[in-house]
Amino acid sequence: MSELLNWLDDRTGYRGLLKGALYEHIPGGARWRYIWGSTLTFAMFVQFVTGIVLWAAYSANAQGAWESVYFIQNQMVGGWVLRGIHHYMAQATIVLLLLHLMQVMIDGAYKAPREVNFWFGLGLLGLVLGLSLTGYLLPWDQKGFWATKVATSIASMTPVVGPAMQQLLVGGSEYGHHTLTRFFALHAGVLPAGVVALIVGHVYLFRRHGVKAPKDHADKPAGMFWPDQVLKDGVASLIVMATVLGIVLWTGGAHLGAPADPTEPYSAARPEWYFLFLFQWLKYFPAGWEVVGAQVIPGLAFGLIAAMPIIGKWRLGHRLNMGIGTALLAGIVMLTWVAKVEDGSDPDFVAAQIEAEAAAHRAAELAASPRGIPAAGGLAMLRADPFTQGPRIFAASCASCHRFEGHDGLGSVPEEEPTASDLAGFGSRAWLEGLLDAERIVSLEYFGGTAHDRGRMARFVTRGLAQLDDAERVDLAKVVLAVSAEAGLPYQAESDEAEAQVIEEGRALISSEAINCTRCHTFGDMIGDDDVPVLTGWGSREWMLGILHDPSAPQYYGEDNDGMPLFGVDEILTEVQMGLVVDWLRRDWYSEDGNQ
Amino acid sequence: MVMGAVASAVPLAAGATALLDPLRRHTGASDMVLVTRLSAVPTDGAPQKFTVTADRTDAWATYADTPIGAVYLRRTGDDVVALNTVCPHAGCFVGLAPDRSRFACPCHKSSFDLDGVVNDPASPSPRDMDVLETEVRNGDEVWVRFQHFLPGREDKTPV
Repeated sequence: MSELLNWLDDRTGYRGLLKGALYEHIPGGARWRYIWGSTLTFAMFVQFVTGIVLWAAYSANAQGAWESVYFIQNQMVGGWVLRGIHHYMAQATIVLLLLHLMQVMIDGAYKAPREVNFWFGLGLLGLVLGLSLTGYLLPWDQKGFWATKVATSIASMTPVVGPAMQQLLVGGSEYGHHTLTRFFALHAGVLPAGVVALIVGHVYLFRRHGVKAPKDHADKPAGMFWPDQVLKDGVASLIVMATVLGIVLWTGGAHLGAPADPTEPYSAARPEWYFLFLFQWLKYFPAGWEVVGAQVIPGLAFGLIAAMPIIGKWRLGHRLNMGIGTALLAGIVMLTWVAKVEDGSDPDFVAAQIEAEAAAHRAAELAASPRGIPAAGGLAMLRADPFTQGPRIFAASCASCHRFEGHDGLGSVPEEEPTASDLAGFGSRAWLEGLLDAERIVSLEYFGGTAHDRGRMARFVTRGLAQLDDAERVDLAKVVLAVSAEAGLPYQAESDEAEAQVIEEGRALISSEAINCTRCHTFGDMIGDDDVPVLTGWGSREWMLGILHDPSAPQYYGEDNDGMPLFGVDEILTEVQMGLVVDWLRRDWYSEDGNQ
Repeated sequence: MVMGAVASAVPLAAGATALLDPLRRHTGASDMVLVTRLSAVPTDGAPQKFTVTADRTDAWATYADTPIGAVYLRRTGDDVVALNTVCPHAGCFVGLAPDRSRFACPCHKSSFDLDGVVNDPASPSPRDMDVLETEVRNGDEVWVRFQHFLPGREDKTPV
């Protein structure tokens, strides 16, 4: 063995190199406050390892990014831990960098002859922030997409070169495939290469100048890097790793939002917490001062930090630097705090966060369904989901007259009173029972807001049905079951099947003397009047699509149509949109626990 | 030395040329897009969001009839005003305030009235929401020239 190592040393001189690296004198001895550089190197090592493995599973394109990250997060063995470590170690790196910078400032380690190394360090800080920024977009979820749009918008504000810069960054005039390929090239290629180069330079210069031991330590015996400082560094790195791993396990890993969608508002858009101060800062700059707020002042602040070695040469320079540093830190902490407080007390933002979380959950649920993520991607999957799209279409196109459980489908209650029935549970037994209730039919829940509140149906329910005797009431209940069964609602399928016998009786009773629906309505081969909705297939998908298409057709309301738009005939909604809202009302959507 | 520099210039120039390719791809004037029917726009003047669907080429892929963005449409009589949903401040998606009385950007709190005009002196947006050219064709087709403008500046410069 030793022969082999001798041979290796002869050919490479590795022992000298190792000796140089390990047996470094530390004036004043090893100290805990020297650990920051090593923990940062360790953090970078973690990011390289986890990053390269993530790279092996990631696909940088607008139809593959969210999808591949979903796969890493939810399907790959240990994927969530891997991504979680990468995600939280990135944040730990920012914290460690800040601590390192503070320690360097307090110790005055930025002063001559270490100016260049200080600038290398600031360069590393810039690169790490760049890595965070580019990394935030890569999952291509709503959160990263909208937050990054703000960042590239700010880039476009740069005088003269801004628009070109934005176009180069985005890879075109709009976000798309090339935005991801470019961000990924930066994130996994250019920036890490810069980090490696700067770390090498940083460590080289550090070794050249040694640690900046405080004066009162000058008389203490010098320590050795190995093993004195390495032990402390090792312990510190272990603590960092344990903390990050703890956070990963505690939180369940990094979050993945719903797939990015440029056509849907995302009101919960916020940058990562360490950029929040900049976000908050931007709110204070009125029209015309964006560039000053977003670029000039942050740039000056960074420049001021970079100028510290020069300022430090003055007699009171170090104190001035400490003052600047403290003021900047206090400002950053305060802005972050204000941003958090403002968001926390803003009900709209809190609601937006809940909505975003629900969308993220839904996307994951669909992706985990047997049909999985289609080739067209996660966004196409969400766009074809009645549960997601139904309420939106309802709120936009139906809720100006109808309600859904009293609201507009999305949860807000319009000021105006409804002028059409509440469609929650339309077609179900409960909905029909309500319609046939003498009080409820003329309430706003059903016909109260419409011209039908004085129509034949309302009259029949309030007068005719009110006179039924007990036996006839039993019959009516059977008719309700029979008509509701026409809807073929998936969430009623079990009861419909179990009570097939009663439903069969109900079908016969529809034209019984006391109830006699078919006096007006068509049912099966019993033909009723025109302009009265047919009961054959009432509430079924086909029936509902039909009434949406043309409510003024004779088999629906015909000439008695009370203001319902002809959604299909007039092309107000597309076939796909009508299908989505109908499926949503019929609760015909995928759900992991069967249905509801 | 010179030869080395010349040799190195080749990959650098090739790389730079390809990297600068997006600058060449100016979308220029965008075509008018059919957004919806006039009858779908509320008659009470309340703005409503419509998804804009059109063919779009994104790098190597061409998508037929795909959602490319959104506009708020507002109707006054037979006239329709279209507002781009992208905030002229920093590019977020401007939403309607919960009471639907104004537009509010969820990011930096820019505020606009229902005509898209900045209505709060503290609003950071440098200009009003971007009004898009609209045209009603064949009686009821609402066509919009869907385009984006550079954020964070007072003038409306197409991207």
